[in-house]
Amino acid sequence: MRVAIASGKGGTGKTTIAVNLALTIASSGQPVTLLDCDVEEPNCHLFLKPEITESRPVTIPQPKVLEERCNGCGVCADVCEYHALTVMMGRVLVFGELCHGCGACFLLCPEKAIVEEDHPIGAVEEGVSQGIHFVQGRLNVGEVMSPAVIRQVRERGDAEDLCIIDSPPGTSCPVVESVRETDFVLLVTEPTPFGLHDLMLAVEMVRALARPFAVALNRCDAGDEGVCSYCEQEGIEILLSIPDDRRIAEGYARGDIDLSKLPGYREVFDCCYRRIVAMVNGKLDREDRGKRGRAA
Amino acid sequence: MKEVVVISGKGGTGKTSLVAAFAALAERKILIDCDVDAADLHLVLNPRIDRREDFTGGKKASILEDLCTGCGKCREVCRFDAVSSVTGPDGQNRFTVDPISCEGCGLCARLCSAEAIRFEPVVSGQWFVSSTIYGPMVHARLGIAQANSGKLVSLLRREARGIAEKEGFHLLIADGSPGIGCPVIASITGADLVVAVTEPTCSGLHDVQRVVDLTSHFRIPLMLCINKWDIHPEMADRITRETGQRGVRMAGRIRYDPAVTRAQIMKTSVVEYTGGAISVDIRAVWRNVIYALG
Repeated sequence: MRVAIASGKGGTGKTTIAVNLALTIASSGQPVTLLDCDVEEPNCHLFLKPEITESRPVTIPQPKVLEERCNGCGVCADVCEYHALTVMMGRVLVFGELCHGCGACFLLCPEKAIVEEDHPIGAVEEGVSQGIHFVQGRLNVGEVMSPAVIRQVRERGDAEDLCIIDSPPGTSCPVVESVRETDFVLLVTEPTPFGLHDLMLAVEMVRALARPFAVALNRCDAGDEGVCSYCEQEGIEILLSIPDDRRIAEGYARGDIDLSKLPGYREVFDCCYRRIVAMVNGKLDREDRGKRGRAA
Repeated sequence: MKEVVVISGKGGTGKTSLVAAFAALAERKILIDCDVDAADLHLVLNPRIDRREDFTGGKKASILEDLCTGCGKCREVCRFDAVSSVTGPDGQNRFTVDPISCEGCGLCARLCSAEAIRFEPVVSGQWFVSSTIYGPMVHARLGIAQANSGKLVSLLRREARGIAEKEGFHLLIADGSPGIGCPVIASITGADLVVAVTEPTCSGLHDVQRVVDLTSHFRIPLMLCINKWDIHPEMADRITRETGQRGVRMAGRIRYDPAVTRAQIMKTSVVEYTGGAISVDIRAVWRNVIYALG
């Protein structure tokens, strides 16, 4: 089973919830993998402090022009939809930062004057921490092809395993790459106008991807009623509510987000996890629906 | 003309609230919401949309089922796993393109011997020129699950510059998106100053270091603003020290105040909502930004 933790708005608590869900599952003795797909700003490692035992580069193929074969015909530049190649005074110039690695230039060069070289854009790192199999991606600074790194992270999670995915914020391609092919998406938000607006975008996204989903409301007592009314109207379940608790904020600042140290929270995450399993399995009986994870 | 872009690395550190406050403090400026993925600035600035345009970011492939011979060349060459096989109405094998996975390279269309693949521009969002009580604003909405956010950001900045030139404005203030990827790079390249908003947490520190890497990589001047600094003063000091060692100037520190959330709920900027200490902090940050812009 794959569960993605996502949100339209940044800084709503995705990482806190992803890490705590993984810790809850691991402490019950079940094997679990945490995939940090926020490859632009991966943060889970700051809290889990895993020992990284394996690191492999992520590369995309980029064209290299063999000058001796190139006759400057310009087909490569014509077929590149990303304008990553241009011909100037009979010579081909390659702009690597625009290349998506599609291979069109390489395959369509009539002179076979283009070869492909692996260009590193990031890395996938793996390790273990507190019984959690940990995988994270890291995009190199200045690179734009984050979905390619995310894909590699996703592929490190065994399909048979239980995987918790920490997604990047937003609703565009890196997020889609993180939440597609998951069994469930937990959308994290906060009860503010920004939180509501971005939740509505995120709901549109998960509906477009046809994923089952529910909402987690962080700092649930620190805003207005907008998110709750919206969820009620749309029939969206809020299956986790975390209050605005200074102890959580301070722990987070220090790098400690294991909420099971605070009374009541282990049960909240346990309940949240069981509810996700139930929703994935389609056991939506009325009684269960009434019980929602909520901290005292 | 000067352009200042507010980014953060980590999400939710207060970019949009700060930009809304800058909007209230700055004179004769144009606002740009470069967070095209989850734009929020309009929730505070209440724009009246004057002009609405479709955004055509790139092309996508689609297979015409009745022309497809089922040869499978398209699937073989697609490096983005966007092509999958389906059973046609006659029970024969055919292929189809998943528009979400399609990267828009067009290779399949070029290589299809049956000419069964259409490769056409698609509308992937909308962009707007609006009026607000703070001045003109250029913003957009990228379609759900769409790519090409960088292109859309570049378009918004180009339009905003055009308006600024025509109207004789000298300042552009842009609200960026979280992260350090494609839309962020598109929003900062060629800007005069980047203001990074961070928070005194270990992830704030980690993420802002990546922002420093990014702005150094593109050689764009950077100033740092630590929001909610009093949540963890030692971490605020550490961020100031560690980024200072890398030559990053401080724009200032802003204290934690629930008035930020209340202002958002009231659809106004913090500096208009309260004259309290937090507004004094923000005004000081703005003065430093203006001074740095020259």
